[in-house]
Amino acid sequence: MENNLKKVDIIFEIDEKQSPLAILEKTVKRPADEIILDLIDSGLKGRGGAGFPTGLKWKFTRNEDSEVKYVICNADEGEPGTFKDREIIDRVPEKIFAGMAICGFVIGAKEGYIYLRGEYNFLLKNLQKKLDEFNAGMKKTGIDFTIYIKSGSGAYVCGEESALFESMEGKRGEPRNKPPYPTVAGYNSKPTVINNVETLVYTTMICHMGPERFKALGTKDSRGSKVFSVSGDTPISGIYELELGMPLNEFVDGFGDGDTKAVQVGGASGHCVPRKKFNDTIIGFEGIPTGGSMMIFNSSRSMYNVLHDYLEFFTEESCGQCTPCRVGCQQLLKGIEAVKRGERPPAYLDDLKKLTATMKIAAKCGLGQSVGNPFNSIIDNFREEIIY
Amino acid sequence: MSTTEVLVKELVEKNGKTRNSLMPVLQGIVHNEHFLSEEALLCVARELDLSAADVYGTASFYTFLDTVPRGKNIVRVCKTITCHMKGKDEIIKALGNALKIKVGETTNDKKFTLLTANCLGWCHKGPVMLVNDDIYPDLTTQKALEIIEEYAKDVK
Amino acid sequence: MSKYLVNLKINNMPIAVEEGTTILEAAKKLNFRIPTLCNHPDLTVAGNCRVCVVEVKGARLLAAACATPVSEGMEVLTNSEKVRIARKHIVELLLAEHNADCTKCFKNGHCELQDLSGEYRIGDHVFLDLVKPSSKIQDISSPSIVKDDSKCIRCQRCVRTCTELQGVSALGVVNKGDHQRISTFLNKPLHEVVCTNCGQCINRCPTGALTERNYIEEVWNALYNPSKFVVVQTAPATRIALGEDLGIQVGERVTGKMVAALKKLGFNKVLDTDFTADLTIMEEGTELLTRLKKALVDKDEKVVLPMMTSCSPGWIKFQEHMYPELLDNLSTCKSPQQMFGAVAKTYYADKINIKAQDMIVVSIMPCVAKKFECERPEMRDSGYQDVDYVLTTRELAMMIKQAGIDFDKLEDEHYDSILGESTGAAVIFGATGGVMEAALRTAYEIVTGREVPFTNLNIKPVRGMEGIKEASIKIKSVKPEWSFLEGVELNVAIAHGLANARKLMEKVRSGEASYHFIEIMGCPGGCLGGGGQPIPTSPEIRKKRAEAIYSEDLEMVIRKSHENPEVAEIYREFLGEPLGHKSHDLLHTHYKVRKRY
Repeated sequence: MENNLKKVDIIFEIDEKQSPLAILEKTVKRPADEIILDLIDSGLKGRGGAGFPTGLKWKFTRNEDSEVKYVICNADEGEPGTFKDREIIDRVPEKIFAGMAICGFVIGAKEGYIYLRGEYNFLLKNLQKKLDEFNAGMKKTGIDFTIYIKSGSGAYVCGEESALFESMEGKRGEPRNKPPYPTVAGYNSKPTVINNVETLVYTTMICHMGPERFKALGTKDSRGSKVFSVSGDTPISGIYELELGMPLNEFVDGFGDGDTKAVQVGGASGHCVPRKKFNDTIIGFEGIPTGGSMMIFNSSRSMYNVLHDYLEFFTEESCGQCTPCRVGCQQLLKGIEAVKRGERPPAYLDDLKKLTATMKIAAKCGLGQSVGNPFNSIIDNFREEIIY
Repeated sequence: MSTTEVLVKELVEKNGKTRNSLMPVLQGIVHNEHFLSEEALLCVARELDLSAADVYGTASFYTFLDTVPRGKNIVRVCKTITCHMKGKDEIIKALGNALKIKVGETTNDKKFTLLTANCLGWCHKGPVMLVNDDIYPDLTTQKALEIIEEYAKDVK
Repeated sequence: MSKYLVNLKINNMPIAVEEGTTILEAAKKLNFRIPTLCNHPDLTVAGNCRVCVVEVKGARLLAAACATPVSEGMEVLTNSEKVRIARKHIVELLLAEHNADCTKCFKNGHCELQDLSGEYRIGDHVFLDLVKPSSKIQDISSPSIVKDDSKCIRCQRCVRTCTELQGVSALGVVNKGDHQRISTFLNKPLHEVVCTNCGQCINRCPTGALTERNYIEEVWNALYNPSKFVVVQTAPATRIALGEDLGIQVGERVTGKMVAALKKLGFNKVLDTDFTADLTIMEEGTELLTRLKKALVDKDEKVVLPMMTSCSPGWIKFQEHMYPELLDNLSTCKSPQQMFGAVAKTYYADKINIKAQDMIVVSIMPCVAKKFECERPEMRDSGYQDVDYVLTTRELAMMIKQAGIDFDKLEDEHYDSILGESTGAAVIFGATGGVMEAALRTAYEIVTGREVPFTNLNIKPVRGMEGIKEASIKIKSVKPEWSFLEGVELNVAIAHGLANARKLMEKVRSGEASYHFIEIMGCPGGCLGGGGQPIPTSPEIRKKRAEAIYSEDLEMVIRKSHENPEVAEIYREFLGEPLGHKSHDLLHTHYKVRKRY
């Protein structure tokens, strides 16, 4: 990779001298409030996509008065174009466990769960083995925390935190009304911290190396680094840990095939950025945030097909409970088909855009709220491809 | 007691007699019997003291908890955009021709069911398919057919 | 602990409400109506239709007013531009998924979606029609309930009703995404699953997705048929609710007007289920005393206590599915509706010199399970189907409208005789606790020779809307023939709504409770809240209906079943004695075990 992109090695770094269990042991000797301050100081925001400050999430949950609390690792990575958590789970699971146990120590939880998507069942055997060792290690060192694994069964929406709790409770994975938020009432209606796989690894590493090294990376609004899943029309698809806040043009220079027409940042629910906007787009919370999915399209690709694919995905994966999402997704999908076939005038696309504005503010959860992102960014930038 | 009843009782024993065990119990049945039969669903409802409609409604939410008969080997080809770009249609066509079934169908000998799936999380190595719990990335039509042949031989 | 007051503004008007109040409730206090569809006063909050979204200043998202608690300093707008556009979109989306063939719909004019669509002047459909042709195939397998998926808006009120109020969960949500729908176990027809036909789902369905199987045309045909002698019976709870569907206030009794209207519709005789309610008390009261004697004196181990009432067909089917091991606890008495049918086509037909095969018995019921009940094979003891057609209170209101009768202006009329006389004890059958109260009024007097020791015969402990009620009556100074009951503390329990029935049955099954007699009504509030009653329903409405029932009781001249002169007459002329041979043949029944799953 020849460019200015700063590759980072925090997530997958293996420190021979200090195992994740050792990091955990060292960390739980510190006052919990100090750990929270470090996390807040580091500027770490959730790496699943929504970007809530991790330190605050832990703090809120710590402040809840409850005998029982839970730590949950969201390993239900299902956003099209995202595959980094699978790699993290496969390569450095102990760092995830350590992050969960640190969180348990901080908030006062004794149980942690990893909700692993069903599509990753093939990871289960190895993960369980490593987990058994880690649990035993914690027991030996007197850390009162146990981690369990729960499997999903193929439902994208279960990545939404409250839907994930429902699923863990043996129900349909339908998102709940908020408030209450998980920090108050999550799994089993108890205060719960739910963090993405990658976030938990960063918490371990921030506890290990101190907030400074992390803080030094990235920008004011987007501290640190992030693991990106790069796919599509690129000669070097794969997983890369990069500093946040990079301009998209540099990313395209580094990863594109020389003919990049657009990049879908943040997966199917993210934004599609056309070539002409590469220069002014920052990858980070100040620009376009992403859970890590970067899908590159070259000029041979039909953006109608791309959008159609996304909409089909959302139509199928909507939980179906709320009107804007259940019916809205179908309308968008059938709507672009109708325009393509000439059964509706091109101006119908504008009616649909207005509908996405309603979906964005009236749908019950992030799924329905974000369908407008790909829809509008593709319609706005590739209108002709949709119509003709 | 039928084998299904025994299986359900075992799974409930192992996972606990609470609603929270519903998913692992259903997953365990699918693992063993490839789908959730009427008998299995009723057994689960009885063992966990849930309504049958509730158990069915929950199962039907999850793509992997099939309630229609499936073959011994369930092939799921990822259909999401990057796999689409890398030629999932050819893979599906080749598998369909070889197995003489369409997507959603099961072979007469009940050995294979051919399905599509939403993003399997291997976008950098598409096209990709799952056969049961095993993942096969970087597919070509030839590779896909060879893999299926191995399963057909019951080697795996 | 008193709750905090939270200050907020709604449409710039300040208000302080208790912590935990929703935006919807707070707005109501300020007389701002926010439209709702999935919300219902009897059910938990779902927040899934999104019609009630409002704008909260400073928030990125609109808030579902039904599901969002108020917070300090909140500024809510219920009719901002954003809200209006979103709300209109949501109604349009629902209509896109809805078979809006309103003129042909049974709920035409009584549909919440239709109202909302009218309110927002939804004109030409902006969006594409998404109604699946397959969804237009109605499920008409049940004699009580028709399910039409093409009308369903997925608000899940029916599912919550079936689960939360009734503890049955015959209906559930299945699949996800564009395939999500409301269905049954493996999408089987309603008739094949654990549905009790209670019809509470119908009472809460905002559209025409769940309606009663209606028999209006069949009844008109019978009325127009000169060779048929059509008699009608009216259940206790119909007279305190029918008015609601005919422009009369909730809680107003319309007994005399109802009788007048039925006569105008052309029924040959207008009779009263209340008569057989009194008859039920005679049979059931005697059955209870007999069981007590066998248990306490004869120590007969085959006798099962507690005895449970059997008037509510939804409850009966529930028990057949859920607690088949407790079927022997059920009183063998038929419900008053079925006693009426059996007596009408035998004793009464003879008396008025009409052949049973020429007689059509129509029931006006607050219930849709009665439609199923009358078709049960056990209910043909007259040699014919004892009750031919069951109409709900709602269907009767429709017939009255169709006939062009100005209901409000009708002069009160009296039921025909015989089979038209009744007591206050029969009227209160319509409210939860009523059968118990009626039975106690009679049984206590039979045993002691004195009236029940409650002021004005009002047995207050068994009244009210508490889910499960318990009471005990100490029996003292009994007549010699009942000496075995001297000093016995009679323990009774009452439940209404099948979820409460389930709780009570668990207590019975575990042996935790030792009751002698249990009254169960399948519907919340008893028959007054039945699945065939006018829509809408709410705790408030049911409370008013109950008040109406108890005031009707107070006004009756005779208030104890055993004092009904026509009841005495039928025993003297026809039945002989309670639990006698004839009674056994005509008035008692048996139950069948049904699949729980």
